[in-house]
Amino acid sequence: MTPQSLDLVGIGKSFDGADVLENIDLAIRPGEFLSLVGASGCGKSTLLRIIAGLETPDRGSVAIGGRDVTEADPSDRNIAMVFQSYALYPHMSVRQNIATPLRMRRLPLAARLPVIGRLVPGLGATRREIASAVEDAAEALQIRPLLDRKPAQLSGGQRQRVALARALVRAPAAFLMDEPLSNLDAKLRAHMREELAGLHRRLGATFVYVTHDQIEAMTMSDRVALMEAGRILQLGTPAELYERPASLSVARFIGTPAMNLLPVEIDGAGRISGLGRDLGLEAPQGKRGPATLGLRPEDLRFVANGSPARILRTEHHGADRYVTLEILDRSAPTLTLRQRADEEPIPGADGTVALGFHAGRAHLFGADGARLVLRARRQVAA
Amino acid sequence: MVAALRRLLPHLLPHLLPHAALALGAGVMLLPFYWMVLTSIRPPAEIFNVSLWPIPESFAGLANYARAASQAPMARFMLNGVIVCAGILVVQVLTAVPAAYALAKLKFPGRRLLLTLVIAALCVPIQALALPLFVGLAKAQLLNTYFAQMAPFFLSVFAIFLFRQSFRSYPDEVIEAARLDGFTEMEICWGLVMRGSLPALAAFSVFSIVAHWNDLYWPMIVVSDTALAPPPLGMLLFSDAESGADYGALMAGAAIVTAPMVLCFLIARRHFIAGITMTGVK
Repeated sequence: MTPQSLDLVGIGKSFDGADVLENIDLAIRPGEFLSLVGASGCGKSTLLRIIAGLETPDRGSVAIGGRDVTEADPSDRNIAMVFQSYALYPHMSVRQNIATPLRMRRLPLAARLPVIGRLVPGLGATRREIASAVEDAAEALQIRPLLDRKPAQLSGGQRQRVALARALVRAPAAFLMDEPLSNLDAKLRAHMREELAGLHRRLGATFVYVTHDQIEAMTMSDRVALMEAGRILQLGTPAELYERPASLSVARFIGTPAMNLLPVEIDGAGRISGLGRDLGLEAPQGKRGPATLGLRPEDLRFVANGSPARILRTEHHGADRYVTLEILDRSAPTLTLRQRADEEPIPGADGTVALGFHAGRAHLFGADGARLVLRARRQVAA
Repeated sequence: MVAALRRLLPHLLPHLLPHAALALGAGVMLLPFYWMVLTSIRPPAEIFNVSLWPIPESFAGLANYARAASQAPMARFMLNGVIVCAGILVVQVLTAVPAAYALAKLKFPGRRLLLTLVIAALCVPIQALALPLFVGLAKAQLLNTYFAQMAPFFLSVFAIFLFRQSFRSYPDEVIEAARLDGFTEMEICWGLVMRGSLPALAAFSVFSIVAHWNDLYWPMIVVSDTALAPPPLGMLLFSDAESGADYGALMAGAAIVTAPMVLCFLIARRHFIAGITMTGVK
């Protein structure tokens, strides 16, 4: 099956009068790994379910591979879905679970009936094909030894693999995944992330992946659609979302530790002041008034001559070190600075340090939260 | 020893008391059955003996059971009971399971109203409907048939409610996965959801079979032909016509018709209890 595109145009959906999705447009390219990420209740799962056909949109259309499927049944869309709870058929063995999508497509109703189904003639070749496809899918996910067990006898990670094999076996036009890793422990999750990314590379299929975990979205995806309150705030590559967040909400959501946000003022000439001084930054299009300056933890640095700050806490994360700081004499929020573990912190006199930031990498957001153009007059600002 | 018991007693008492109360209740429930078995093995001379001693002065069990089996067509009554109970149960399950699935798992306008109607219908006793049902069956020339004995019970709102409670706990994601895989709704209903609720089916089967095997009221209204009578009605006709005051043989007959029910419960006991506790229906 060649990978298919997914096109959503003007999708709207409300439940009991409350808008869950408002006018979503999303073009997913063939073979792309696209993540829908956002806090719970942002509408990402509903959007995925609309693609799958499990929900009907109130407005808008869904096309798979250029074919309009807005009114089509879920089974006519040729897509596979992996659920958070894995949704394996509890009374079937692993082998039967994986075979089910093929049995449902290739065998007529009579042949699917229990016991008497075996008596339907002329399907030997089809049954053999299905059996070998099951073996191949099990091989791809290394679950051959589990084929004759029941789902209840499997661990969470093994069930996850069975669910993936069941999705894989039918060679679908696209894979939809609804938080498939959130029931796994941290170590297994990291491992399955790698496997999923590997599976995507091997298959070259279209993946739509729903998660609330930005790390999953950032590590695996070709593109990420960040959603909030039923709208897509920004659609872009993980690097774009990280380096050029389109709004304050995106900036807040993406990145761990979170971006530092400082209240600043833009004056009539576009100069930006904060922390009680001119920061050496200009906002050419910015309106006069309050704004927010965003600084990634790794763009903060200790300088010889900067804002005096005190170190509150240092966290060691192996290769990195997170330093929590408090600006002295200002009612600014505490800041987090990230540095490599092999960099020596600069101990100031009596535990205070001078803090600066990489001006070229600062982000400016207007009072409405939209990103503003920022120009630096010098490289490192204090 | 006594001292140890005296020390333990305050701790044991809170555990023993509820059991003692339950045992007393069980005793009250079982006493009529015990009396029935006792009477069935006593000779006529001892029938009105109030002693509960299990061994009669002269054992007349064989004679009583032989009389019950030979004078009344017991096998015929039992067969009628099996036909009527099986017919009712099969149609009840066939109709209730899809209805319960729809009420538990499908979204459609009027779902809440229909569920309310189901619960409301639970409150309507068969006695209230007896007259219109009788008149209807009589007009349709269907009195004195198996169908007349079964028809009023084909739609069981109790079954719908019980299965709905059980189906509700079936995971939605499995149903959605099945829809994506191309299952029809009927395949989901019977092959997945019903399959996952077998204890509820066992519990309902016991309820249904016991209720209709023991039912005297409705068969008495629609059946006068001994050849169609289920066991309790058969016993009644038998006691009137043949035995007069032969209580020993009568109780022997009653013991014979009760035995399949006890057996039925013992076989399905584990599923029955699981089904009751799982669905929260008592």
